[in-house]
Amino acid sequence: MNNFEFSRASDVADAVRQMAADPGAKFVAGGTNLIDLIKEGVARPSRLIDITRLPLGRLDETGDGGLRIGALVPNSDLAYHPQIEKRYPLLHSAILAGASPQLRNMATTGGNLLQRTRCFYFYDTTTPCNKREPGSGCSAIDGLNRMHAILGTSEHCIATHPSDMCVALAALDARVLATGRDGERSIAFADFHRLPGDTPQFDTNLKKDEIITAIELPPKGFATNYSYLKIRDRLSYAFALVAVAAALEIENGAIKEARLALGGVAHKPWRDRQAESQLHGAPAIRESFVRAADNVLRDARSFGHNDFKIELARRAIVRTLTQAANGTPQSQGDKRIR
Amino acid sequence: MANMSTSYLGKPTSRVDGRAKVTGAAKYAAEHNVSGLAYGFVVTSAIAKGRILRIHTTDALSVPGMLDVFTHDHRPKLAASAEKYGDEVAPPGSPFRPLYDDRIRFSGQPVALVVAEELETARFAASLIRVDYEQQQHVTDFEAHHGRARVVSENGESQSHKRGNAAKAFSQAPVRIEVEYRIPVEHHNPMEMFGATAVWEDDDRITVYNKTQGPQNCRNYVANVFGMAQDAVRILSPYVGGGFGSGLRPQYELPLAVLAARALRRSVQVALTRQQMFTIGYRAANIQSLALAAERDGKLASFRHQWVGMTSQFENFQRNYVTWSSLLYKCDNVELVQKLVKLDQNTPCDMRAPGGAEGLFAIECATDELAYAAGLDPLTLRLSNYSDKDQIEDKPYSSKELRECYRQGAEKFGWSKRNPQPRSMKDGNELVGWGMATGIWEAMQMKASAKAVLTANGSVEISSATADIGPGTYTMMTQLAADMLGVPIEHVTAKLGDSALPDAPVEGGSFTTSSVGCAIQAACREVQKELLRLAQRIPRSPLAGAKLEDVTLAEDGIRHKSKNVEVSLADAMRAGNIDRIEKEASAEPNEKSKYSHYTHSAVFAEIKVDEQIGVVRVTRIVNAVAAGRILNPKLAASQILGAVVGGIGMALHEETLTDNRFGRFMTHNLADYHVPVNADVHAIDVIFVNEKDDEINPLGVKGVGEIGIVGTAAAIANAVYHATGKRVRDLPITIDKLLRP
Repeated sequence: MNNFEFSRASDVADAVRQMAADPGAKFVAGGTNLIDLIKEGVARPSRLIDITRLPLGRLDETGDGGLRIGALVPNSDLAYHPQIEKRYPLLHSAILAGASPQLRNMATTGGNLLQRTRCFYFYDTTTPCNKREPGSGCSAIDGLNRMHAILGTSEHCIATHPSDMCVALAALDARVLATGRDGERSIAFADFHRLPGDTPQFDTNLKKDEIITAIELPPKGFATNYSYLKIRDRLSYAFALVAVAAALEIENGAIKEARLALGGVAHKPWRDRQAESQLHGAPAIRESFVRAADNVLRDARSFGHNDFKIELARRAIVRTLTQAANGTPQSQGDKRIR
Repeated sequence: MANMSTSYLGKPTSRVDGRAKVTGAAKYAAEHNVSGLAYGFVVTSAIAKGRILRIHTTDALSVPGMLDVFTHDHRPKLAASAEKYGDEVAPPGSPFRPLYDDRIRFSGQPVALVVAEELETARFAASLIRVDYEQQQHVTDFEAHHGRARVVSENGESQSHKRGNAAKAFSQAPVRIEVEYRIPVEHHNPMEMFGATAVWEDDDRITVYNKTQGPQNCRNYVANVFGMAQDAVRILSPYVGGGFGSGLRPQYELPLAVLAARALRRSVQVALTRQQMFTIGYRAANIQSLALAAERDGKLASFRHQWVGMTSQFENFQRNYVTWSSLLYKCDNVELVQKLVKLDQNTPCDMRAPGGAEGLFAIECATDELAYAAGLDPLTLRLSNYSDKDQIEDKPYSSKELRECYRQGAEKFGWSKRNPQPRSMKDGNELVGWGMATGIWEAMQMKASAKAVLTANGSVEISSATADIGPGTYTMMTQLAADMLGVPIEHVTAKLGDSALPDAPVEGGSFTTSSVGCAIQAACREVQKELLRLAQRIPRSPLAGAKLEDVTLAEDGIRHKSKNVEVSLADAMRAGNIDRIEKEASAEPNEKSKYSHYTHSAVFAEIKVDEQIGVVRVTRIVNAVAAGRILNPKLAASQILGAVVGGIGMALHEETLTDNRFGRFMTHNLADYHVPVNADVHAIDVIFVNEKDDEINPLGVKGVGEIGIVGTAAAIANAVYHATGKRVRDLPITIDKLLRP
């Protein structure tokens, strides 16, 4: 753990200004991931800018019938907000699949997007890791990679994004609002996180001086046919081996619209528009789901310990789409998979 | 008084230290603050083997508030000879000497202690230390090197055993199985990290608050390593936040804190981080090969069991892994072998039921496989080979109610309703599996002492230098003294976790109640005798001529059992012109016993598994235990519950992964090293079957700390087979293994 300056931002403009003034600064809100990273010497911020007093804790209706979620809304409050439970149960379910009640009470909406990977090597500063130390090499590709990615990997990094909430947000076509020196912009969720390529040190496309202020949910919540299924090594409080968010709109037995996002398999929540569009108009039956799963995984590549993830992902996709189609979403309380 | 009253013994009694623990009044080793306390932070090695060329400390030392950085070439004098670093539970070999020399023996070895006025300063400065190494080729890959393992005998004993002709009997028997099981490295991960607060008094004396299962073991270690007199060192560990064996040996935070305190002539605290908890001892990875043969009726014809485990380059750690089958199952042709391979790792150490937890996993899974090969019910096969004799020592058991464990456990579980056919039982889309296994553990006793003090106003203090790592030793001591001296439990104060108290061994091996309990019983008996002697000294004593067995102690005095007469405590003590009676006594095991002493259990497990996805849920466990007399059913049941959860972890979750390129454990935090969480734990029924044992020790107790984990992983693995038809022989049973074609 290094020594750092600590300051408090008085408003969003001040936060942006402080961040722009110190290239080594980090924002801190819940701190559920950042503090661990600092203790391990993985993050060495020169300054922590406390943003917890910014007015970003509200949840409001948007003009088009969607919801605007302030970046500082705690994960627990978001999961149990009546509007979320009623209109966006997929998001409710995904949040409850992650972490523990104590962590969800601390963690914020904006911070959840910025969680860093749980790759063993990223956390151990004695080992090479391109994400932590660009150019040092990836220890996971030929090492312990049971938890690692099978889609969108590069020769430089096979880490996964650890969030559950983000998988649901990706499926729901959320947008990320960010403010920087150049003003506010709205980023499509699919464009927020990035694939590792040859710069795995960057998890997102957020600019250095930008702060996330809110997440916007479009009106469509898929509250009838949805499911979030998380497969992990114990029944709670573990990162996903594979997680699937499925949302369907079904008319007369045919799929009118399909959303499918995967967690635990890539450097970002994984959406596949081609696989989704293949489902459009198809009957909501197992054969369609199997085809979609095969399509999503057509370019999947594994690295030894994580070979099983491809088949596991295939089965999980089919199961989750089936749960969604049947209107029997996976319960996060009862751990039986139906 | 020969028969103890039983106002408290045998009754469910809550922890006497429970309130202190839940309110935070109980202070742990690194929670003690003393004036002028400095803080140490440990720097560990990044490589597994080699030499330290140079440790760059200039940047660290330049941080304001820094006091010093201790390394192998900048430290006060430490004992040179390896034997000075031994301890009462050290395995044979040459113990690791922290900061002794420039050699790196394992990854994560402490190489520097950074000491500062504040913990934050020490931790920051530690991040500025740079170490230059001369790296050497390490060998840490157990799987790749287990073929090099060899039998290691210590003092002529190797734990190996042979009788009859196992190979010949195997080749001639009609039912045969040959199987191999694997258990990975596991770490104990008690809640409390190792910590030491060394309170400096002067150059010749030191007191240390330390997390340990053996305060006197640590006292002797510090005295030996620093060349101090034994009575100049005092180790205090009144509360210990879990041990599971990790605190049996002194860990390196202890000598480092003492070293810094002596060098700086001020008090120093050193606490390990969770990551550093993965640099101390662990349960060794092992590969167990078994070849079992039976007649068609299930009678065992041949039993061969080979255990290959890992140890460090400098100590040979092994426990008894293979002889358990000769205690459970009658068989004339047996070959049992243990082998070790040395790796560039730290030495393994005892972890809950060391030897038994590992050995019985393999033995009880193999027995299940044999039952299936013979077409017999697994419980029937076990009963038809039931052994009434310890075939290793050729002795009968002092007591063995295992048959009753099987019967009561099976009945509670509903075993008779089991369809033996794998994949035959379903619940919705889940396959249901029912499996069972046997547990066994040594019922040991060690020499121990205790002191009892009874005052004229009826308060009692009972003390012994044991520890209470969670099982409820304080409560056991309190219950025993209350019953022996006839006072309410609230009038008893129990003291432990202090090396200055009467001698006691480390708390481990399930032997604390038998060892310390019998010493308390003996000390209280001495108090009883003295009180009667004094009571008979008062003029015209109504107890004149009474013998110890004629009287009983009660809150108000000493009373004749058959006559309605008594002498008050105050009167008796006045007769001796004293206000208290203090007696210390010891108890030790009967070395000449003609019997073998063991605890037994039968574990029944139900699992449900979604076969497509591979997620296993342990929905029900019944564990029926025969452990002699149960002094406190509530806390004894807690021991079994906790150990069963440990067994669930062993079966499904726990595994420390090693990257052999770096020679380093990589899953070194509680996010990556999985133990069961609430969602993984469902109904656990604990049954204590009635078992009377007058031979084993005067209390008739056997201990319950380990038995709950023994057999649990096997019962779950057997249930997984019953559900799926798949034998997963390498723990933990994870999703990827169940999805294997």
